[in-house]
Amino acid sequence: MTALAILAAAGFGLAILGAAFVALRTRSTPVAVLAAGLVSLFASVVFLILAAPDVAMTEAAIGSGLTTFLFFYVLGRIRRESANDQ
Amino acid sequence: MTSKLTVRSFFVMALLGLLGLAFWALAANYTPDAELNRTAAYYAANTAEETGAQNIVSAIIVTYRGLDTLGEVTVLFLTAAIVALVLSQSKAPRGGSGSGFLPSGELLTTGTQMLVPIIMLFGAYVFVNGHLTPGGGFQGGAILASGILLLLLAEPSRRFGHALIGRIESLSGVVYVALGIAGIVFAGGFLDNRILGLGSFGSILSAGAIPLIYILIGLKVGAEFSSILESLEETEDA
Repeated sequence: MTALAILAAAGFGLAILGAAFVALRTRSTPVAVLAAGLVSLFASVVFLILAAPDVAMTEAAIGSGLTTFLFFYVLGRIRRESANDQ
Repeated sequence: MTSKLTVRSFFVMALLGLLGLAFWALAANYTPDAELNRTAAYYAANTAEETGAQNIVSAIIVTYRGLDTLGEVTVLFLTAAIVALVLSQSKAPRGGSGSGFLPSGELLTTGTQMLVPIIMLFGAYVFVNGHLTPGGGFQGGAILASGILLLLLAEPSRRFGHALIGRIESLSGVVYVALGIAGIVFAGGFLDNRILGLGSFGSILSAGAIPLIYILIGLKVGAEFSSILESLEETEDA
């Protein structure tokens, strides 16, 4: 593994920590969901750098794609239903 | 109130400290392996010859650890079934226009029409080439489902055939298990891929039953994810 790859992996690792921090601390739910999706996206890049393309594909498709939109679906449903109740 | 809060934060800090200690012990004692362990060395040396698959990861997932994969697919099936069961309680009749949905924009609709065929094709490519290139049934199935997701986003009132998705799902599950049993009868054991010829190494029709099994897994996983998304989309609490 070259020094460049280690550097890139470390940088993306820091970015994961940053995105996770944003997801935990932000007050707005959509921003938190997007930040959690960003964690998965960065994680899939790290998997790619660490020579695990199979895991990277799964993480990108399920972690950052489907899960993020699943959250938004449920969020939209909660909003519609609380709007119907009022 | 304050004393309760401090006790609680003390416990949180203590738990975090313990976790940190455990992970620190793991990280401090980590030394990279100088050589592969016995199982990994066996896989690295013999996979290509025994299964004819170019992608060793796929060969391990589908052949050597095929039973585990069957278990994973079953877990996913159970998840989809439970989501559908829970949400079917809250199904409300709805008009064709959808209740309270904002119409999706021109950009999303046009983009969807352009992208969905490409996404579907890519998903199929990923699981058909699972034995040659990185990726496989799970990844391809998830990509298929994200195509369906895009369709649902662009047209929230659109309805897909539940019966069709259910049939694809159960048919691929049954054929998957049947292929596994055929492995017991015609080859070395459950889910042995040598029931078909191994073919020439690296070509698309090679590695025995691996491409076939991965296509089935891809269809099954795609159908399961799609049915989860659809049950979320099509039900509404009264």
